[in-house]
Amino acid sequence: MPYFPQEVVECIFSYLTSHQDRNSVSLVCKDWSVIEQKTRRHVYVANCYAVSPTRVATRFPGLWVLTVKGMPHFADFRLVPRGWGGSVQPWINAMACSCPRLEEIRFKRMVVSDESLMLISRSFPNLKALVLVSCRAFSTDGLTYIASSCRQLRELDLQENEVNDRGSQWLECFPNSFTSLESLKFTCLRSAVNSATLEGLVARCPNLRTLHVNSSISVECLSRILIRAPRLVDLGTGSLSSNQMGWYRRLFYSFQKCKGLKSLSGIWFVGPRTFQPVVYPVCGNLLSLKLSSAPWILKSDLLNVISNCPRLQKLWVVDRIGDEGLAVVGSTCQDLRELRVFQSNFHGPSCWVTDEGLIAISTGCPKLNCLLYYCAQMTNAALMTVAKNCPDLIQFKLRNLDPVKPDPVTNHPLDEGFGAIVQGCKGLKRLSLSGFLTDQVFLYIGMYAEQLEMLSIAYAGETDNGMMYVLNGCKNLRKLKIQDCPFGDGALLEDFTKYETLRSLWMSSCEVTIGGCKALAAKNTQLSVEVISDLNSISGLSLEPSKNQRAEKVYIYRTVAGPRTDAPTNVSIL
Amino acid sequence: MDNDTELRLGLPGSVEVKKPRETPQKRSSPDCTSVEDDNLDRPSAKAQIVGWPPVRSYMKNNFHLMKNKADMAGRYVKVSMDGAPYLRKVDLKNYKGYKELREALENLFGCFSLGEILRMDGKYSMEYTIAYEDKDGDLMLLGDVPWEIFLSSCKKLRIMTDALGNKDREDSK
Repeated sequence: MPYFPQEVVECIFSYLTSHQDRNSVSLVCKDWSVIEQKTRRHVYVANCYAVSPTRVATRFPGLWVLTVKGMPHFADFRLVPRGWGGSVQPWINAMACSCPRLEEIRFKRMVVSDESLMLISRSFPNLKALVLVSCRAFSTDGLTYIASSCRQLRELDLQENEVNDRGSQWLECFPNSFTSLESLKFTCLRSAVNSATLEGLVARCPNLRTLHVNSSISVECLSRILIRAPRLVDLGTGSLSSNQMGWYRRLFYSFQKCKGLKSLSGIWFVGPRTFQPVVYPVCGNLLSLKLSSAPWILKSDLLNVISNCPRLQKLWVVDRIGDEGLAVVGSTCQDLRELRVFQSNFHGPSCWVTDEGLIAISTGCPKLNCLLYYCAQMTNAALMTVAKNCPDLIQFKLRNLDPVKPDPVTNHPLDEGFGAIVQGCKGLKRLSLSGFLTDQVFLYIGMYAEQLEMLSIAYAGETDNGMMYVLNGCKNLRKLKIQDCPFGDGALLEDFTKYETLRSLWMSSCEVTIGGCKALAAKNTQLSVEVISDLNSISGLSLEPSKNQRAEKVYIYRTVAGPRTDAPTNVSIL
Repeated sequence: MDNDTELRLGLPGSVEVKKPRETPQKRSSPDCTSVEDDNLDRPSAKAQIVGWPPVRSYMKNNFHLMKNKADMAGRYVKVSMDGAPYLRKVDLKNYKGYKELREALENLFGCFSLGEILRMDGKYSMEYTIAYEDKDGDLMLLGDVPWEIFLSSCKKLRIMTDALGNKDREDSK
């Protein structure tokens, strides 16, 4: 290997941005590892307990961007009890000590307190971006620290957080001299926002390109904001309805000024037959339309809008669009890359969307990368059509409302359909299955899904073989999430080496026992095996449970930090 | 259904087509789950399945919030007054409670208040009662039910000149 001076190597490494490349480079030799540490600017920690915050901070003192994820994915569906953990405080403490030049902080599914926010505002003078997604335990008081102290802030992004909303005073804490804002998202806050304050902020930030407001913002305020910020690229509206005369005309004129608008979401409520005329000026340029917060839009209005958006690449709708509506999407939006069809009725079956809609979409949109589909039924034929028409699929999540429903036409399980998907879509990385499925589908997945990184299974399979096919076959698997399947200790303990490459495994309501979990923990010290019981269960795990007792929820992840010390009493780390 | 000659990838020997299971119970052992032959009468499994379909709690909360708002948006109801030549319309959403509604109605119909003139006479005092027509079509007195329930059930408002009530008062003197 030719000799390069350190400065040259540093320069070369500065072009390396991918985490995998950087990880590989740091393993080559000691010198390269040291240089890489000095020059790493981005660290992505997928599991906050996989590594200790102090170790990360001292190893990479030059960090600019930190991304940390906490709770397992099923926390979104309330399967992880509150108090499980995932606090950001240790991370903030460590970064404040060793990486004061931090510019971007991104947390997902973590517990953020007002004290953490205060510490962030005081410790990082260069902070340019704060992104909190699906976090909880902070209040709007915490936001006041950020608004008043972070003078260089460009991005404040609050998405789907559980916030204790004490009012919108935080918005007024942005000083009059503050003009650097480029992106502001506060959809998850509920309380009414002072329109004048928001308009003033928008007016003095000429680089604002992304704005997602909450549902309290009136149409009139929105019209004024759009006039002041015609260069917006990504807009999340408030309510699109008003009692005042002529509101839609004003909004229409405002939208006419927004020539660069590419992304539209929010649309909390809109009256009949007003949606399409109002947004018509921007439809032609729209690349992204997210309507999952507006399930009551009349179908005719919805389709009127969509049929005017031929350049759409991302579309989120609710299942009321129906199969016929999806046919309209298929024929209009040939450029579609991402489609998410959400369920609208949480209390019963909804029959609006079926396998026919999926066929229509796949026929019309061959460039699809990402598909999320809640449906009433699915057939093997439809899945095979998708596999044939959309070979570029990277993410496919099928959510059959009846999770054990077979193909209604043939009464067969959906094994063949999903088998076709993993065979045809060679780049598939994320897959979520549902419907009546036997071990067969897992055999196919193990055989063909070579790029698969994330697999989510529910109510599927018959024996331990199912899980073993997947663990043995999918070389790139990182996250495996299983609920309500008949997999037990046999599958869990079959191959210990597999857990070195698997980032995490979640199993709830399966057949694994405490004994099995203990055996796994004993064999592998770099693995953390957490058995989670519900808060209400008195017996819990403090009394010595029998080996054969079923472990209701198990979360297993690899870690170099040893067992964590902040687990609550209902989480037992074996 | 003849599958014998169909080309399939599968484990050698496993050509049996599995019938659909019953409601997904917790399975005690793998060998119990196979073919329940004639049991195609699958009861509705939805009520018994916990945690499916996966609904993000954030979306669920939003949905309920927005549903309430949507139900309330634009609650325009007709208001008629006995003796008035035309009706009015009010948006119930604008008022926080019964008191505000009554005041608003008084403002709206003040010009028709015959009660004023008659009271000056000293002989009659024409007061009025506010009633509303609910979802079932019955005429109900305003104020009995909580405001939120009233909002969702009121279809029409009626201001009635309460001659009957006054009679009682006169008799009781």
